[in-house]
Amino acid sequence: MNRNREPHRARRSSAALAGLAIASVALLTACGTQGAPSSGNATAPAKLGKMEGAVSLLAWPGYVEDGTNDPNVDWVSAFESDTGCTVTSKTFGTSDEAFNLMKTGEYDVISASGDASLRLVAAGDVAPVNTDLIPNYEGIYDFLKMQSWNSVDGVAYGIPHGYGANLLMYNTKVVTPAPTSWDVVFDKSSEYKGDVTAYDSPIYIADAAVYLMAHQPDLGIKNPYALDETQLAAAVDLLKQQRPNIGEYWSDYLKQIQAFETGDTVVGTTWQVIRNSLSEGTSAEVVMPVEGVTGWSDTWMIASQAKHPNCAYAWLNYIASPEANAQATEYFGEAPSNQKACDFTTNPDQCELFHAGDEEYASKIWYWSTPIAECLDGRTDVKCTDYSAWTTAWQEIKG
Amino acid sequence: MRLSRAARIILSVLVVGVLMVIYLPLFVVFVNSFSASRNLTWPPPGFTLEWWGRAFQSEGALDAVTTSVQVALVATAVSLVLGTLISLALQRYSFFGRDAVSLLVILPIALPGIITGIALNNAFRTVLGIQLSIVTVIVAHATFCIVTVFNNVIARLRRLGTSLEEASADLGAGLWTTFRLITFPQLRSALFAGGLLAFALSFDEIIVTTFTAGSGVKTLPLWILDNLFRPNQAPIVNVIAVVLVLVSIVPIYFAQRIAGAEKVVR
Amino acid sequence: MTVDAPAQPPLGQHAARAVVSRPRDTTARRGSVFLSKHPRLRLSLLLSAPLFWLGLVYIAALAALLITALWTVDSFTGQISQTWTLDNIITVLTGSLYQTVTVRTLGVAILVTIVDIVIALPFAFYMAKVASPRAQRILVIAVVMPLWASYLVKAYAWRSVLSQDGIFEWLVTPFGGDTPGYGLPATIITLSYLWLPYVILPIYAGLERVPDSLLEASSDLGAGTGATLRLIVLPMIWPAIIAGSIFSFSLSLGDYLAVNIVGGANQLLGNLVFTNVGAANNLPLAAAIALIPIVIIFGYLAVVRRTGALENL
Repeated sequence: MNRNREPHRARRSSAALAGLAIASVALLTACGTQGAPSSGNATAPAKLGKMEGAVSLLAWPGYVEDGTNDPNVDWVSAFESDTGCTVTSKTFGTSDEAFNLMKTGEYDVISASGDASLRLVAAGDVAPVNTDLIPNYEGIYDFLKMQSWNSVDGVAYGIPHGYGANLLMYNTKVVTPAPTSWDVVFDKSSEYKGDVTAYDSPIYIADAAVYLMAHQPDLGIKNPYALDETQLAAAVDLLKQQRPNIGEYWSDYLKQIQAFETGDTVVGTTWQVIRNSLSEGTSAEVVMPVEGVTGWSDTWMIASQAKHPNCAYAWLNYIASPEANAQATEYFGEAPSNQKACDFTTNPDQCELFHAGDEEYASKIWYWSTPIAECLDGRTDVKCTDYSAWTTAWQEIKG
Repeated sequence: MRLSRAARIILSVLVVGVLMVIYLPLFVVFVNSFSASRNLTWPPPGFTLEWWGRAFQSEGALDAVTTSVQVALVATAVSLVLGTLISLALQRYSFFGRDAVSLLVILPIALPGIITGIALNNAFRTVLGIQLSIVTVIVAHATFCIVTVFNNVIARLRRLGTSLEEASADLGAGLWTTFRLITFPQLRSALFAGGLLAFALSFDEIIVTTFTAGSGVKTLPLWILDNLFRPNQAPIVNVIAVVLVLVSIVPIYFAQRIAGAEKVVR
Repeated sequence: MTVDAPAQPPLGQHAARAVVSRPRDTTARRGSVFLSKHPRLRLSLLLSAPLFWLGLVYIAALAALLITALWTVDSFTGQISQTWTLDNIITVLTGSLYQTVTVRTLGVAILVTIVDIVIALPFAFYMAKVASPRAQRILVIAVVMPLWASYLVKAYAWRSVLSQDGIFEWLVTPFGGDTPGYGLPATIITLSYLWLPYVILPIYAGLERVPDSLLEASSDLGAGTGATLRLIVLPMIWPAIIAGSIFSFSLSLGDYLAVNIVGGANQLLGNLVFTNVGAANNLPLAAAIALIPIVIIFGYLAVVRRTGALENL
């Protein structure tokens, strides 16, 4: 019974509580952060075993469709019934997100773009892939195999999924005459001040480098992903000059679609799928400028600590098959990697639209690669800037 | 209060104006849910019921709503308990560190969500080494929902005073009985209001959830974030938003009635 | 403390009160009696669960994060190496990028708070003092309902409203105006919109607690509306205003989604933290940047504590 109406004083017990709290905090932080689970140097298996009954995929949105988003868009169910491997999948928005998610060790397979693949290899998060175990690998275009972003020292680390280019899109009413060069977004961008767009990722620095390769050849850039300090500084300068004219940077393509339709953006980097998604009557066109373009070719890779390696190989084989490859690449809007996929697209013009199998077109594309300190163009007299330097530079550019 | 007629009119016009601004984006959302354009350009080129049909068939959306409801319910329940405990402690007792504790309660909501998110992510994954899952999301949500319950309950406790409880104890009731029969009924509507706000907070939370949800957990905001990337899906998102707003009228109305029944007389 | 069963009531008199049976001497009863006599133990029991939760889950997580700010990360493999260094903190304090972005973010947060308070005050006043009880209920529902439409959906709706051929332009063109397009003004508009209910509700609650009699007394004594508002109402609801401002200020300080959607090419502190956690995979630097809003908020809370606002959230 409380006769005393005053609130109770309870100094000692709460001081003890506070002390306990502080002690436990100190203990926890003294334990420090355990390192991420160590990823060993996995080797590719020599042969496949039994299917494990499940597989966990990490992919770009639209790569792994099982009908939950659109009942007509489903190439996963066929895989599940063929192999008995139930698929769980997670999507990511950028390669950097993908890289981080892969470190958790929860995923067996990842569809990695070139700006993530080498980082994954270096971190030991992915294992080499034994392409002999994937029958459909043969049917993939040769010009996509064993490239700098999906193989290291002659060892394949994944299989190609499809490819696309970062093109120049422009509003035909505002940007006249029709541009043929990237200068409309660089040197001449002030004409469209506030209405220019660019891709929101440090990898866009390579686009500036491609421009400089043509317009400032004395810089000596041979590969837009192999930039030493001076070359990077030049690219950064170019981008800082571009910055005041940029209306917005885009990373999710719905934003760019809307911006072009409303007229908030009139010129900038785009993907073919964005052009195809614009509604009827939008006056926009795409062009591959003369300086060349950057692009992407995604690679399906297998985690080094994959819990379901056999189902993982089954998925790689399935998604490289002509039918599945056609479905997936058509839905996303890119060129397929399997030579026979063109026979299976629902839109007969699909392959033409996306320049499937066009080796010449493909050779003009500088596919996304991860910049690393060891110069990708083979120079040994200088150190090239790596991706973290690019990221810091990118933040400075955006300001 | 006697307001001049002019003041009354200006005030009313202002209120109507603000209400219109508040509902303008919701109106856009509503119209877009019928828009024939997948890219949600304005004005809509045509109207269709396709998105409404697809939304109700979309497994992904329905799963996401279920997950969100589950997370919100559990997080609200936990925060109701913890919030009440802490309110009782802070209102009825005075002790060294009392101010620090009340600051501690507010902190999860006073600090920006991204900080809470990356702190919890780091703590779960690297320090504790546990995998992210629906449990980690619930833990995160409960942490910042405590404050909404706390605010409502402590305000109510201040108004109530302790006399009824003391009388109960004088009559021989034990601590739990007093709480069950005297304190709790008086707190009920504050708990309901606090719980409702906590539920709403948890249901719509996205930033902390992004960092604490594992691969298999997709709450509604996460699902929306995923699907706003896909031009084919964006209008469905609008349908979901409209449905949520309409459905929310019911609990909010009830919360108001209960609160109104106990309003302090003007 | 027991009450004996009363003896048979005297003839002709009703029992004065109901018979209360003697409480049984169970363990629970004994525990309750014990606790009644030991307030400090009661307090400890009350505090233990929530403090354990908040302390362990939240404070420890924060501390672990801030300690990471003193470490570095190996840029290629992405592993954190626990070598102690102040480099990250120094970079954040001295780098011009961080200074610019901090000032920009502070500016946005302050403007958003001011806009919200300016809108919320008359609105809440109408709700609390002028509207009929039924209208009050409707207004509260009307203010709270938008909270249920997802944050992202609302932000995208504003993107549509502010676009080149959007509703905003359609509304202001007759007056010769133009849409601000995507940029900082758009960000401020959108953020103010998103946090408005969180600012209105505490101010409304505060105004409700101002008794009408006080206002009538003030006008009886000859004060005009303006004077009453300034001298009586404002000081009384000041803590409630501050409470609302805490929400809008801190929510704006860390926001990175809305600015992505309507902010054009701008970035705020939240974006820097997000990019460093994600794209750059540099948690130590992100933690160091996170120190900025933490320090700002702590400073704001410390200043604000004395006004009693923290009791009004």
